[in-house]
Amino acid sequence: MTNLNMTVNGKPISIEIEANEYLAAALRYKLGLTGTKIGCDEAECGACTVIVNGTPVDSCIYPALKAQGAEVLTIEGLAQTWAATEPGVATEPGVATEPGVVTEQGVVTEPGSVTTPALHPLQAHFIHQGALQCGYCTPGMLMQSKHLLDHNPNPTTDEIKVALKDTLCRCGAYVAIMNAIQFAAEEMREPNAARQTVIPNLPATKAPLDVIGKPLPRPDAIAKATGAAKYTDDYAFPDMLWGATLRAKFPHAKILKLDVAQAQALPGVRAVLTHHDVPGSKNHGLIYNDWPVLCYDKVRYQGDAVAIVAADTREIAQRALDLIEVAYEPLPVVDNPVDALKPETIIVNDGTGHGNLLKHIHVEKGDIDKGFAEADVIIENEYHSPFYEHAFMEPECSIGRVLENGRIEVICGSQIPYEDRRQIAAALNMEEREVRVRGALIGGGFGGKEDIAAQIHVALLAKATGRPVKMLYSRHESLVSHPKRHATVIRVKTGAKQDGTLVASQATIYGDSGAYASLGDKVMTRAATHAAGPYAVPNVKIDCYAMYTNNPPAGAFRGFGVTQSAFAVESNMDELAHQLNMDPFELRRMNALRIGSTTSTGQVVKESAGLLECIRLVEQEVKRQRDSNLQSPVSKLQSWGFAAAFKNTGLGGGAPDKSAAEVEVFEDGTAEVRSSAAEIGQGLPTVLAMITAEELGLPYENVRVLLSDTDLTPDGGPTTASRQTFVTGNAARYAAKGMREILAETASEYLDAAPAQLTFKDGYVSQNGHKLPFAEIVKRARQENRPTRYLHEYFAPATKPLGVEGDMHFGFSYAAQAALIELDPDTGETHVLKIVTATDIGRALNPLALQGQVEGGIMMCLGNALTEEFIVEKGKVWSDLFAKYKMPSIKHTPEIVSFIVEDEISAGPFGAKGVGEISSIPTTPAITNAIYNACGVRVRRLPVDQDALLLAMRAGKLET
Amino acid sequence: MKAFDNYHLPTSVNEALTLLAQYDGRARVIAGGTDLLVDAQAEYYEGQRSHFDALVDVTFLADANEIRAQDGFIVIGCGVTHTQIVASKRIQQTATALAEASAVVGGPQVRNVATLCGNVAHALPAADGTVALMALDAFAQVSSLQSHVISNQWKPLATLFKGPAKSAVDSTREIITALRFRPLGEHEGSAFARVMRPQGVALPILGMAVKVEIREQRLAQVAISAGPVAPIPFRAKQTEEFLRGKILDDELLRQAAQILTNEAQPRTSAHRATKEYRHELLPVLLKRTLTQALERAR
Repeated sequence: MTNLNMTVNGKPISIEIEANEYLAAALRYKLGLTGTKIGCDEAECGACTVIVNGTPVDSCIYPALKAQGAEVLTIEGLAQTWAATEPGVATEPGVATEPGVVTEQGVVTEPGSVTTPALHPLQAHFIHQGALQCGYCTPGMLMQSKHLLDHNPNPTTDEIKVALKDTLCRCGAYVAIMNAIQFAAEEMREPNAARQTVIPNLPATKAPLDVIGKPLPRPDAIAKATGAAKYTDDYAFPDMLWGATLRAKFPHAKILKLDVAQAQALPGVRAVLTHHDVPGSKNHGLIYNDWPVLCYDKVRYQGDAVAIVAADTREIAQRALDLIEVAYEPLPVVDNPVDALKPETIIVNDGTGHGNLLKHIHVEKGDIDKGFAEADVIIENEYHSPFYEHAFMEPECSIGRVLENGRIEVICGSQIPYEDRRQIAAALNMEEREVRVRGALIGGGFGGKEDIAAQIHVALLAKATGRPVKMLYSRHESLVSHPKRHATVIRVKTGAKQDGTLVASQATIYGDSGAYASLGDKVMTRAATHAAGPYAVPNVKIDCYAMYTNNPPAGAFRGFGVTQSAFAVESNMDELAHQLNMDPFELRRMNALRIGSTTSTGQVVKESAGLLECIRLVEQEVKRQRDSNLQSPVSKLQSWGFAAAFKNTGLGGGAPDKSAAEVEVFEDGTAEVRSSAAEIGQGLPTVLAMITAEELGLPYENVRVLLSDTDLTPDGGPTTASRQTFVTGNAARYAAKGMREILAETASEYLDAAPAQLTFKDGYVSQNGHKLPFAEIVKRARQENRPTRYLHEYFAPATKPLGVEGDMHFGFSYAAQAALIELDPDTGETHVLKIVTATDIGRALNPLALQGQVEGGIMMCLGNALTEEFIVEKGKVWSDLFAKYKMPSIKHTPEIVSFIVEDEISAGPFGAKGVGEISSIPTTPAITNAIYNACGVRVRRLPVDQDALLLAMRAGKLET
Repeated sequence: MKAFDNYHLPTSVNEALTLLAQYDGRARVIAGGTDLLVDAQAEYYEGQRSHFDALVDVTFLADANEIRAQDGFIVIGCGVTHTQIVASKRIQQTATALAEASAVVGGPQVRNVATLCGNVAHALPAADGTVALMALDAFAQVSSLQSHVISNQWKPLATLFKGPAKSAVDSTREIITALRFRPLGEHEGSAFARVMRPQGVALPILGMAVKVEIREQRLAQVAISAGPVAPIPFRAKQTEEFLRGKILDDELLRQAAQILTNEAQPRTSAHRATKEYRHELLPVLLKRTLTQALERAR
């Protein structure tokens, strides 16, 4: 141990550290300054940015001793640097004295006033502009931005892009971030002027109600902007141990011998567990129970867990892993779904009793042979897409501990808390009531935090040791272990009449679901049912094979299979337009799903189908811009491309789709809404608070949101399928309505009016000029012994399974997008200059959060097209570091012109349907279609490979 | 897992070399550490358990953070970061290629700590800073202890490389304490350009730097460096020889590109670039850098 003296946020500190410690770890674990986040430990993502002696550094790999004697500024001290320049405003500098103080409640997000003078202008404008979503990158983003503004008081967007190039935001809030920085700069140039609340320039939406429809900031925004927000790794408990996981050495091998004696003997090791120590179900899994908690007979992918360790320190736990002896007999590796289906191929996982076939999905409508016989033009192509990584900024972390009464508590960032509870209880052979899952804030999910990561492992270790155990995955471990977006091979055949009318659409899809089922069956079902695109095609035949292989499991990822099939079908559509010499907008318009259309699964579209309007808006904007923007640099090729998409809202397919929410009102005139539904950055607490406020007639600030605690909040179901606004939004709405009706009973006596005649608005209940404060009504209701809590369990409209007549989904969202790209004919490099998008989401409940979802989805899909590829070679993950997996950075951010279409759905809360996924689906084909228009080469294989593209251009080839 | 136990911050070259000597091969030099520490971690994940008893940080050595003019050279100390290089007016004006190359290394936070000497010590054939320094005919000062006495030797940069990521400088006993090169004067110009791949590792597909001197419209002197086109940083001697004394026009450029494509030996690197693609880029970057450097020389 050695002494480290430095000044942190203006306060001199002196701590004992290991000489090999890094600054981020010292700040977080020694000083309790958990605002500084660690995203990658490899100086790639910038989440850990702090300012040392005036210079921003990646503190994750900055040796702490280098900061000896230095002035260090962290997010906790940011506001103070601004307050210090303003006399009279004093704030407490951010040095926490007690690291890891944990409150007994779950994540409560409290709205606060964003005009708080204690906020730095950057923090305030990040909040107003919607520049933070999951919030995990925010501290680093703010520190890097502060440094920029310290040296450049009026930066251009290009200068901002240079400064923030390696400070990554996976939620893709880059447009908002750039705006926020410029507004902050403006404020800082006029330090004496009062803070202006600058409303961002958002697409036009319907006139707002009292609360619904307004661009309100997130309730957790201040906590996220100040570093106070707590994610799982920000919690610590006395006597807490560190856990570590031994991963498989081979992608496919029999386990012959497993010896943990040496590891157990290592001083500081408190437990080493193998499958022998799993008292309950040896497997876990969301739908199929096919994923070993700890492998027993064989390992099926590189990330498989073989043994787990709890030790006094993270280092000791890691060292113990090296001492575990495992003898393997390597087995042949199945590395692609096409081989997996061949009868001679070795069986990887017989989880369904059909060998490597996880699921064969068949969609049929009309008569496909007749359809193609009628076709004048037939386009048939094969498309390939690789695995993709969610790359949420916060790596997985879980803490397990034994509660006083013997129950087990697991704190984690989960998209499905009640499913975690079920699976933990099953593995530990406990009753579900004996397990409590508490959600911490989540630094991004995108589908990647639906499956079990370390939740069961920490529970096992906590039970074995009787001490709290934390498992924090390194970025490497996160990359190799959690499920990905399915790699696919998609063969699509599209038939049309000469006039453009689609007559037949056939597809064969192979989806690589990896070693375990995860949600692979459902994902590939969605890929299949959406594989004819958002069009009414009379004759459809789709066969989709979700296959087990020795690759990392594939499961949910924003877009849920539709991202892949949309690339294939929209590429074919574009080619069809060219063949028919038709306007690509017109071809889509002719065939677009509309009221009265029948989808591939035989569902008749009855309402809320805004695709035609989306196409119209994008076409109008593109044609306007094309006319006015004919000038382009001579050395680069610029071109537009277009694509359309649809995506179901909700689980569908006959699954009961329900959510519960509880609303409680208090005598101080506030309310709390509770549900176990995950906030992964998308803004669920904002929507729930707004809906509750609207129904109870309360100011938005008076509603708190409590999420994801299985002891305190009812089950909101999985945060997946763009469903939470719809289902939990509805649950909250009905709960609030129920609560209002009870309060109305009380109020009616005092206001001498029938309950139905009362108006709940602005924190008052009124009738004919008489009014009482909401708080007073609650007080009186309690005196009357009326309930002040109301629980509602909401069931979404019933759906039918695939292959059964009726509606497979209760609703769809739609989008149309056009991309303007610039292609360098000398190098093949492609940049997206502009995206024009129109999205039909039913109703914009919060236009600010909506914009975040639209822009973020576009950024993510831009990565899908251009920058990302999760490479696995013979079952071995090559992309095992952020340095080998590139998500879009701010420099990739195009100009985004967004239109919102509000074609309301009757069952949705205020008419809203899903938004989380739809905007991320058409971007890829819009970009690849633009590339074709620029250079005449069709991209059949993702991501766009500039190398292959240039060589194809030079060789005069038509595809790559 | 950490690849080291102790971390030393000596303030003199003597102290640093003495520390290295004391550890007798079990300690190594570190500067910004943005390659070293990340690579060590990656190796750990690959199953390698390489370990150093200590790291000896050379960024706090006296005068190490200076960019100065001395004996007709620009001298860059071993603590000088890429950010300092980019911000230096002197380098922007008299070694533009180096400023351009340094500006695209990593991101801002990395450039704030990563040093140019570290870039050279890492010995990657595609390292941006190194490619630029090669065109500037730079020298490196290698300091070591010879019988308890400090020896400082200026060596041509090109002699420092043994292979990809293999330096001729023994980082457990020697320190690259400074770099130097002659600032460009009148009628001289330099430029750097590179092509990256948006996916995969953040190493250039191809980088190129050019330095020219113009006399009466002719290319009196030409230096061209590129990487990765060989296991070590590369100077295109035949292309330089061909261009020398000639007046640049499209036809000459075409011929030069032909020679360059013949003498450079790019390879296919998995998940990064094909040999064929790199061959396509050679003429493109040659044109871009040469044209730009010429413009600056005029």
